[in-house]
Parts: sequence; structure tokens; C-alpha cells
Amino acid sequence: MLSVKHLLGIKELKTEDIALIFKTADNFKQVLQRSIKKVPSLRDTTVANIFFENSTRTRLSFELAEKRLGADVVNFSASGSSVSKGETLIDTVKNILAMKVDMVVMRHSASGAPWFLANHINASIVNAGDGTNEHPTQALLDAYSMREKLGDLKGKHITIIGDIMHSRVALSNIYCLNKLGAKVMVAGPPTLIPKHIASLGVKVEHDLKKALQWCDVANVLRIQLERQHKPLFSTLREYALYYGVNRDMLDSLAKDIVIMHPGPINRGVEINSDVADSRQSIILDQVENGVAIRMAVIYLLSGKRDLDQQV
Amino acid sequence: MFIFEFKSAPLKTLLNSKQLDLTLQRLAHQLVENHGDFSNTVIIGIQPRGIFLSNRIVKLLKSIIAKKTIQYGMLDITFYRDDVHTTDIPVPSITDIPFSIEGKRVVLVDDVLYTGRTIRSAMDALIDFGRPEKVELLVLVDRRFSRELPIHPDYTGNTVDTILTQKVKVYWNEKDGKDEVVLIDKI
Repeated sequence: MLSVKHLLGIKELKTEDIALIFKTADNFKQVLQRSIKKVPSLRDTTVANIFFENSTRTRLSFELAEKRLGADVVNFSASGSSVSKGETLIDTVKNILAMKVDMVVMRHSASGAPWFLANHINASIVNAGDGTNEHPTQALLDAYSMREKLGDLKGKHITIIGDIMHSRVALSNIYCLNKLGAKVMVAGPPTLIPKHIASLGVKVEHDLKKALQWCDVANVLRIQLERQHKPLFSTLREYALYYGVNRDMLDSLAKDIVIMHPGPINRGVEINSDVADSRQSIILDQVENGVAIRMAVIYLLSGKRDLDQQV
Repeated sequence: MFIFEFKSAPLKTLLNSKQLDLTLQRLAHQLVENHGDFSNTVIIGIQPRGIFLSNRIVKLLKSIIAKKTIQYGMLDITFYRDDVHTTDIPVPSITDIPFSIEGKRVVLVDDVLYTGRTIRSAMDALIDFGRPEKVELLVLVDRRFSRELPIHPDYTGNTVDTILTQKVKVYWNEKDGKDEVVLIDKI
């Protein structure tokens, strides 16, 4: 049993919860290798994927996970909906739940939106990314993929590179890796690293070469231009020059490090194609594991159903 | 405050170590009688506790028919249960069926047959791996008259008539440090 009713953030999870999610994901990963990649556990469950922000991977991954658990799925995206007519978040979600939906997967551009929603509805909520705060399933699938490659993460060195300031992936990863006993470093230009990030127990490095030399795994993040309301570096070309991970740099290291990226990739900016598509890269394993991790999360949260508690 | 105390005193030993051994021998021989050299038959134990029984049966079969390998798999039925949302969410064990069951004769193995719901789930789970020619069921203990579904074992170690408040507990040396089957009172 998970200690939580919703998956809002990694911050609230216990280490045992993460272990249980990984153990369950192992089983689902095995299910996904069969010719019939489907189990009927949640055939009595309807899940709504509510996306107030764009997404390709996460939304597809959640939808596949739900369908492979046998659940019914409804998709909602803010563009083209009544949100543009001024309907509030609570009204939107309550209306969807009134159609007998049991679980909500939500992405929202406002940090904290899923916590706010959790106070107002009874259905379980899975946070699929809220603003610049958390993206828990991404952190889980990242740690799961690292673990698959390196074994136990205790004492392993993980560097998160790039736009730490605007990244919910970075924050969730830091919480998750800390709980699993890994050592975490964030690397990037000073303008993209939040001031007090070291208080989360991470190292800060501004020299990319040193950061790569230190780590076993480099998780390279996307530069989120859409969240930068004032310029934080002069040009993309300059960023690529100083913080873009390229082949020459990797070859100059004494060891082979694992390369990760949560997608979508800005090729030639934060990561070069000869790195992203190399054998050191586990970017597509991350995507594959994403479905198993999300199946595990949804399965474990579907838990005991209290029939009186329906909205 | 009033506290419920659950006592579970053993009511009756159904099989002691010696009897259990004899029963397993008999079951293995019955299997050989029907399946010969196991060239087209596979054994599948049901997780978690059916595995102890299937391990023993497979070991015996190998010695009886003097064959080094018998196709043997483990099946976890957690995701196929019909009570996912009525209890605390069940945590799965490993499913490992490293061969095709298409056209094979499958012997499902579990320790205690009670309501039949586990076997129902197991059959659903099994079909997702292919279309077996035939499915048979082997159980160590059959609690007859407790069935909630029309399921009947093909090979039975021991048959008992029990009431709802009783429970059949199978102890295995590998896990519990002794070989014994007992009937206990839950209250």
C-alpha cells in the first residue's frame, strides 16, 4: 500500500513508496513484453487525463498505461475547451468527475494546482507536471531507468544539467534521488540555477566539464524558452557552446557516463545528436519505462474504492 | 477499550510430514500416468504459495521420468483478480513463463482450492499467454463445498469439508521450517 492517496509530488512520498512503485513497475514491464500487453485490473475504473498544458510523451504514456490496465480513458485538453470561456479549474474538474470518473491525471501551468484540487475533490489525482514545481512520474521513471542501468543508486553520482530554474523535472528528480541515497549535482549557467538550491542537499557546478567528470549519469534538461520571461542567457548558440553536451566532451572523460533527457530534445542546443543517439544514451529506455511506471502508479493509487466517497 | 483477540489454535493436522510426502509422490505419479514424458505438457505454479508445491512436484517428476528438464513456469494472478477494489491493493509477485503455451497441455498447480476465484483469475491470466490445448488443475488440499465458481480439480492431494471460520494452512520446509498441513479455527 502506498502511504498517499494522490501522487502530487515526490516530496511527499516515503522511500518505501518508491520501492513499491518500482517493484510493481517491474511486473508491468514484464506484462508489456507479452504479445497481449494488457491486464484487466482496472476494467471498472475511468481515468480522465486533463492537460492544461501541451504534452506529447507524458500524455501518450499515461493514456497507454491506463488502457493497458484495462481502464476507460477520457482526454481533455484546455485548448478548444470551455476553459477559454472562463470556466474555473474546480468547475471543470467537478464537471468531469460528475460523469463518474474515478481518477484524474492533471498537468497544469500553475505550480501547486494539483494540491489545490486535492483539497476540493475526492478522486485520486496524479500530477503530470505542475508549473515549475514537480513532475513526479518523470522523476520515478528517470530513477527507475538509472537503477536498471546502474543497480542500486545509493552513493551514485547524478548530475542534472541545464535549465534548473524552470524545470519541474529537476526538482522532482532531486527529491527522488535524495530519497534513494544518490548524490546529486546541478550544473548550468548561474542565471538558470535557483539561488538556494544547495539547501536541498545538492552540489552546484557551473563548469560543464567538471560536472560531467564527477557523475555516473548526466540528466540533460531542455531549455524552456516558453517559461523565460526575461532573457537569462544571451543566445542559444552561446548556451550550446558552454553547456551543450557533445561527443568530444564525452570522449574526453575518463569513463563512460549514462546520458538521459526527459524530452522533448532541442537538438544542437542542450545536447548534440551524436550524444542523444549514442549507445550511452538511455533516452528511449526512459520513454519505455515511463509506461510501466505510470501503470504502477495508477494501479497502486486505484486502491480500495469507497463507494460513498464519489463526488 | 475492548480488543478483539484472534486465536488460531491448530484444530487438526490434515497431513504430517510423512503423509505429505506420500501425497506428493502420488500426485506426481498420477501426472506421469496422464502426461507420459511431459514432452507436450507444462507445469505452471500459481504465485505466491502454489510455487512451493509446484517446485516439489517438478522435482519429483524429474526423478520419476528421469528427465532433466520439464517446462515449468510461475504465474502471478494479481492483475486478474476480481476484488482489486474491495481490499487493500494487492502487491504482485513475479510471473515467469519462459516458453510458449500455445497448443500445450497445462497443469496449473496451487496449494489450496477454496472459492475457485484464484483459479478463475489464473485461467484468464494464462489465456493471455496463448491458447493451450488443455488446462488441468492440481491442488494439494480441496476445500470442497466452499466453491463460488464451477471449478473442479483434476488431481487432489487431500479433500476436506470445512466451514467458513476455518482456514487450511500449508507449511513448507523451505519457507516455514516444517512440512505440515493443518486446519485452524480463525476465531
